[in-house]
Amino acid sequence: MTAETHKKPGLETLRAAISRLEGHSDRRRTVLPFGVREIDSRLPGGGLALGALHEVAGGGNDALHSAAAGQFCAGIAARTRGKVLWIVTRQDVFAPSLKQVGLSARRTIFVEASSDVDVLACFEEGLRHGGLGAVVAEVARLSMTASRRLQLAAETSGSLGIAIRRWRRQTDAADFGQPTASVTRWRVSVLPSVPLPVPGVGRPRWLLELIRARAGECADFEVEACDAKGRLAPCIPVADRLALPATLGDRPDQETTWTRRARA
Amino acid sequence: MSVDLAARKLGLRPGTPVAKAQALYPDLVLMDADPEDDRLGLEKLALWFQHRIAPIVAVDAPDGLVLDTTGADHLHGGELPMLKDMVHRMAGAGFRAKAVVAETWGAAHAIARYGRVPIAVVQAGDASKALADLPLEALRLPPTIIEGLATLGVSRIGPLAAMPRAPLALRFGPDIARRLDQAFGRIGEAILPVRPVDPVEVSRNFAEPIGAAETIARYIGKLVPLLCQGLDERGQGVRRLDLLLHRVDSRTEAIRVATAMPVRDVKRLTRLLCEKIETINPGFGIERMVLIASQAEPMDRRQTVSSLIAEEETDVSDLVDTLANRVGMQALYRFAPVESDLPERSFCRVPALAPEETKDWPDHWPRPTRLLARPEPVQAMAELPDQPPLFFIWRGVRRKVKCADGPERVFGEWWKNDAELTIDRDYFRVEDTSGERFWLYRAGDGEHGETGSQGWFLHGIFG
Repeated sequence: MTAETHKKPGLETLRAAISRLEGHSDRRRTVLPFGVREIDSRLPGGGLALGALHEVAGGGNDALHSAAAGQFCAGIAARTRGKVLWIVTRQDVFAPSLKQVGLSARRTIFVEASSDVDVLACFEEGLRHGGLGAVVAEVARLSMTASRRLQLAAETSGSLGIAIRRWRRQTDAADFGQPTASVTRWRVSVLPSVPLPVPGVGRPRWLLELIRARAGECADFEVEACDAKGRLAPCIPVADRLALPATLGDRPDQETTWTRRARA
Repeated sequence: MSVDLAARKLGLRPGTPVAKAQALYPDLVLMDADPEDDRLGLEKLALWFQHRIAPIVAVDAPDGLVLDTTGADHLHGGELPMLKDMVHRMAGAGFRAKAVVAETWGAAHAIARYGRVPIAVVQAGDASKALADLPLEALRLPPTIIEGLATLGVSRIGPLAAMPRAPLALRFGPDIARRLDQAFGRIGEAILPVRPVDPVEVSRNFAEPIGAAETIARYIGKLVPLLCQGLDERGQGVRRLDLLLHRVDSRTEAIRVATAMPVRDVKRLTRLLCEKIETINPGFGIERMVLIASQAEPMDRRQTVSSLIAEEETDVSDLVDTLANRVGMQALYRFAPVESDLPERSFCRVPALAPEETKDWPDHWPRPTRLLARPEPVQAMAELPDQPPLFFIWRGVRRKVKCADGPERVFGEWWKNDAELTIDRDYFRVEDTSGERFWLYRAGDGEHGETGSQGWFLHGIFG
């Protein structure tokens, strides 16, 4: 995509004109890059837009549990500065796991709202405040009107808002097809981890689907899950991985040791 | 006047003549009644309730308190949990208390004193049914009228309410009709709240009653600066603020806002109060507004140190206050580490603005993003003693395990509970063929029966 824009300067001026019409020309939108070239190049501005609302849902069974989606959002929130507000209706976040993706428990304030209406009200309040690094809310239903309010609140204050869409039943998850005013929409599904040469579970991998991006195109990415600082990593194709042991630094040394032993 | 539980067991009742009681039990301890002291004690208790529960609290002499909890119950987790908490706290202080929520003061008074259950929430509309069976004493009528009615053969509220009013009023005066109407909510009854000692207080009377939300907001905007000025003179900040709105029909509406730290900021307090305007029912109009700083704490101006190295972290206490007044203080928290190996005990909730702890969770093993509230039993097949399961069935779905990490052995905390002396759990992180990752454990070590049931449980879900 970047290659295309370099070719067409006309497209760039058109984009500037549109953004002027949208009314945020004076405020330069800042972004939070993922640090993965494939993803950042697909997002307008080169990263996740701050001062905007983003939607994340889990794929498959994760639409109900939001384990991968929750960790993905925690990873994003961990890379922001300032306190993080996390709004839930039923509390099942395990705090030590947030710390393992770099989101310290000291930074995270949880709000346990009694209903979806309260969640949205607290969400908007948090976004309007402007002093928070990120506001994460777990909601099932998000109407066009509600999401537009949230998007406006995020735009005026410049906060990052992430709505984790989480449903009680698998059939309700079809709701994710309904249009909302969010800037990007992601679906996170778990993938089998790469087999290790020893027994054990490797680094988790996700299929990250960018279902919608305003002024951008949809895309799918295979990534390795957040590390201890909340960063994703691109998946190394299996072919490269198989080639890896041959290039390991200690192997030649080992071989010389063996030959030396054999000679002795 | 009154007897304690031990005496009640011996068969003594309030009203038994002292001479008779002493003849029966010569070593009976007698104490003179001290109504003045009782009243002072009740007033103190009323102030405590005002501090803890709701802004409008009055003494219901000689033995009760009346609270207007409208709009305050959700801060304590609902009406029933609030009552339980109140009775529990009273029990902790050595009092046996009964607590009832009802539509009117009269109904609550009657059901609390003469109802059967110690804690009850009477729904709107159920009051007349609940009152029908109660004796006439419950109506707060003078004893002469009760005796008079007894000679007529009326001893319960239900039959009395069904009787024609005019002959009763002619014979006993207007009291009966007034008390009945008060109990059934046909006429209002004002609660004159107790006042905390010497609070900062500002008020405003209106020549014309006001009712519109915008007008109320405007006058809140005028009262708050006056209050802040008063607080400034004393060097205090407000922790809890009550706005009492006296209506023309002599009822009082109240708004209460609380803050996590002492505040003296006009804008912030105005905003907190204005957010609650929609909960006010102005009725026919409000003729007087009183703003009381019911809890104030010393607040000094602090010098902020600007650092050249680290960026100043934004203050979020105003947001915390706004949210806490919406969802309740206990619904707003952070997690803090607790030194325990058992996952469900390894964290606790602390207030959102609590000082930051220095401890942190150990980082040896990956932890699941979601922890189930209760571990769910699963059917699994595993090699003993310490192999991960080959497959497991959770919520009716059979999952074949492709790879696993573990076991991570967690021992019971025998220093807390004797039953946990031999208990242990083996945790495994497993990945099934579709790539979903789960946290399973076996109750027991797989070798010794006393370490647990050896059943498998699913405790968490990894991302």
